[in-house]
Amino acid sequence: MQFHRYDVVIVGAGGAGMRAALAAATEAGHAPRTAVLTKLYPTRSHTGAAQGGMCAALANVEEDNWEWHTFDTIKGGDYLVDQDAAEVMAKEAIDAVLDLEKMGLPFNRTPEGRIDQRRFGGHTRNHGEAAVRRACYAADRTGHMILQTLYQNCVKHGIEFFNEFYVLDICLTETENGPVCTGAVAYELATGEIHVFQAKAVVFATGGFGKVFKTTSNAHTLTGDGMGIIFRKGLPLEDMEFYQFHPTGLAGLGILLTEGARGEGAILRNAAGERFMERYAPTIKDLAPRDIVARSMALEVLEGRGAGPNKDYVLLDCTHLGAEVLESKLPDITEFARTYLAVDPVTEPVPVYPTAHYAMGGIPTNIHGEVLRDNDTVVPGLYAAGECACVSVHGANRLGTNSLLDINVFGRRAGLAAARYAANHELIDLPETPAAVVQAQLELVLSEHGKERVADIRTELQATMDANASVYRTEETLKQALHDVQALKDRYAHISVQDKGKRFNTDLLEAVELGFLLELAEVLVIGALERKESRGGHAREDYPNRDDTNYMRHSMFYKQGDGLKSDIRLDYKPVTFTRYKPMERKY
Amino acid sequence: MTAATVDRVSSGARGDQPPVPDGAVTITVRIQRFNPETDSEPRWESFGVPALPTDRVLNLLHYVKWYLDGTLTFRRSCAHGICGSDAMQINGVNRLACKVLVKDLLSGGGKHTTITVAPIKGLPVNKDLLVDMEPFMEAFRAVKPFLITYGNEPTRERIQSAADRERFDDTTKCILCACCTTSCPVFWNEGSYFGPAAIVNAHRFIFDSRDEGAEERLDILNDAEGVWRCRTTFNCTDACPRGIQVTKAIQEVKRALLFRR
Repeated sequence: MQFHRYDVVIVGAGGAGMRAALAAATEAGHAPRTAVLTKLYPTRSHTGAAQGGMCAALANVEEDNWEWHTFDTIKGGDYLVDQDAAEVMAKEAIDAVLDLEKMGLPFNRTPEGRIDQRRFGGHTRNHGEAAVRRACYAADRTGHMILQTLYQNCVKHGIEFFNEFYVLDICLTETENGPVCTGAVAYELATGEIHVFQAKAVVFATGGFGKVFKTTSNAHTLTGDGMGIIFRKGLPLEDMEFYQFHPTGLAGLGILLTEGARGEGAILRNAAGERFMERYAPTIKDLAPRDIVARSMALEVLEGRGAGPNKDYVLLDCTHLGAEVLESKLPDITEFARTYLAVDPVTEPVPVYPTAHYAMGGIPTNIHGEVLRDNDTVVPGLYAAGECACVSVHGANRLGTNSLLDINVFGRRAGLAAARYAANHELIDLPETPAAVVQAQLELVLSEHGKERVADIRTELQATMDANASVYRTEETLKQALHDVQALKDRYAHISVQDKGKRFNTDLLEAVELGFLLELAEVLVIGALERKESRGGHAREDYPNRDDTNYMRHSMFYKQGDGLKSDIRLDYKPVTFTRYKPMERKY
Repeated sequence: MTAATVDRVSSGARGDQPPVPDGAVTITVRIQRFNPETDSEPRWESFGVPALPTDRVLNLLHYVKWYLDGTLTFRRSCAHGICGSDAMQINGVNRLACKVLVKDLLSGGGKHTTITVAPIKGLPVNKDLLVDMEPFMEAFRAVKPFLITYGNEPTRERIQSAADRERFDDTTKCILCACCTTSCPVFWNEGSYFGPAAIVNAHRFIFDSRDEGAEERLDILNDAEGVWRCRTTFNCTDACPRGIQVTKAIQEVKRALLFRR
């Protein structure tokens, strides 16, 4: 076992983690000793798969202001957004984009040489009048450029990385004022060695858990490790029932095709060629928020108007955009369609269907990125940002581009807050035997106690989640999902891994990841069962309306007990309102 | 590393196999294995894998790992050609396993075929298809791959014309997968050569109108291990999964060196 000591430890090297590292290194007024721990290499993180853009009311191409952006974010989130946080995000968006440009990000440009902007779902002029051009972009590679630019700047500032270090636990030291975060425990993939990182502040930026679903835009590595670690510590998770299904995944594969395609004018059509979004969102049509578009697509298919031999998808028609727009503004998705479906978007419409994409919920934080252990008490020294966190700026449904914004605004805020906290506090002793939990966990997985295969359990988990807990849910399907997930948890107790070695044991890694997936799937399903209403990304066929009287509140999930099969306690937290009263959501 | 020798056909299944989908053909996946904990040298192992023509090679590797041999080790993440984790030699050429479909590798009648998979060449093999990326990343970091500017920053964005932005567009696409560098015969023979990927990333800044660090980078690349090592074999361009004109970028850096003051 090895020990390390740092001021700030950042877990995750996607957009939020690297933005946090840069803020800590360059903006805090002093340079804390910072380490970034990542289970991948930095440029492998899934921020790089984001495509369409990052919204900020720069008003470079038409009138816009951050107040409209705030309103769109709140309405887009079906009023479950904490309005103070949305205001912070929309206001700081402008500097977040300009900062990236100054770091070197190659945005597309207007004829005047300013940052170009395009339309995106749910982003409107003057509180819903019409779609507005707010998304700053670099072709359909905006996430790739953000990830590369942040890593380039980490190289520039000599940020220290521990690549392929898989964090499996945090250290909480009990003090008279409650638990304080004092470090993190990591498994080094190359050697199988355990490393304990003592730190004054720890920032979680570990991303999402899309791999609970079969059809997903998420990477294989997005297994909710960070959320799972927090949950196992008895700290809450917030709003986990709200999971976003991106309307345009490549049919059958789930690979993302950016909403920026519709921002550039692409149209969704059913088998008859009808532009069906005109019926569901007469004002902004194909540029309605994702939850609405995804439900509309699912309804078209359910009602028999789907395209293809099995009538199980709809069509994204880009053919009228012309080869030049596709090659210059949407080159990657054009290539994805050609490579993976052998469909050329220049001449044919592309088969698409909703794909599991983004967790609105996560580790509850305040607007400084400080992690909460109940509705308002901070865990000193512990921070979270990005998809793993829930500030909550996305409420019940995130608007497109707001995740790239979230990682930059709140990644920076968390990094700054962590650095400032570290400057004003001494190291606190680690708890006794800080690595004991991780050692026991790994030994258990490696020991012989059954014949269950990780891949079988994972496949069945993903199948039941796709069938029973995706775009539309009912009491019946959710109960089925809960039953299935709990049965799979029983079987997980009997898994065996074949690779018993120390060196790059990815067999062991996948087994550990599956444990997190099972735990988070259960939280999602219980949250969905208990929320007897439809709001944003959570659509209940048996409760089709939003119910502000009973459910205008955040869900807070607490794990009770230690084992994988422990109980979950559900509590609630009020939504923060500033100036926007809930209204019916029409587009 | 010496050439792999022993050719073994694996019989080791981990219990029942998942149902074979309609239209699947059985592919022999021949994989170079090496685990320094147990092997003194690399060996070849073959697995029979049912595959659909639309499957990615990555799917076949997952099938082996999940159902036949859990010790098979490789990197992967996004599975659609964006993260750059799964560069490997597939039938002798550098590709991303998630971007090659089985149908493109089926020969003649397409009934039965062998796909050969080996680690990318020129970097130390850590285990099976997983190589040590550190020498590669070190070369990347050495070319100052970040925007260098002097003087005060503007309050708003820097102005850059669409044409100036277009000038370096091709080299912004790099995902650091190492397909290019590990296809380069010069890199194979002289690991000290910066390699195509590092030069691509230098190019991305040298030709960015906002950047003021071109001289520093050109000095680095004028070094004995720099751009002059390139023998224009075009392997790098052929290997790039992002379609970057890698060899052209290297020649543009050479020209910049020749024609600077």
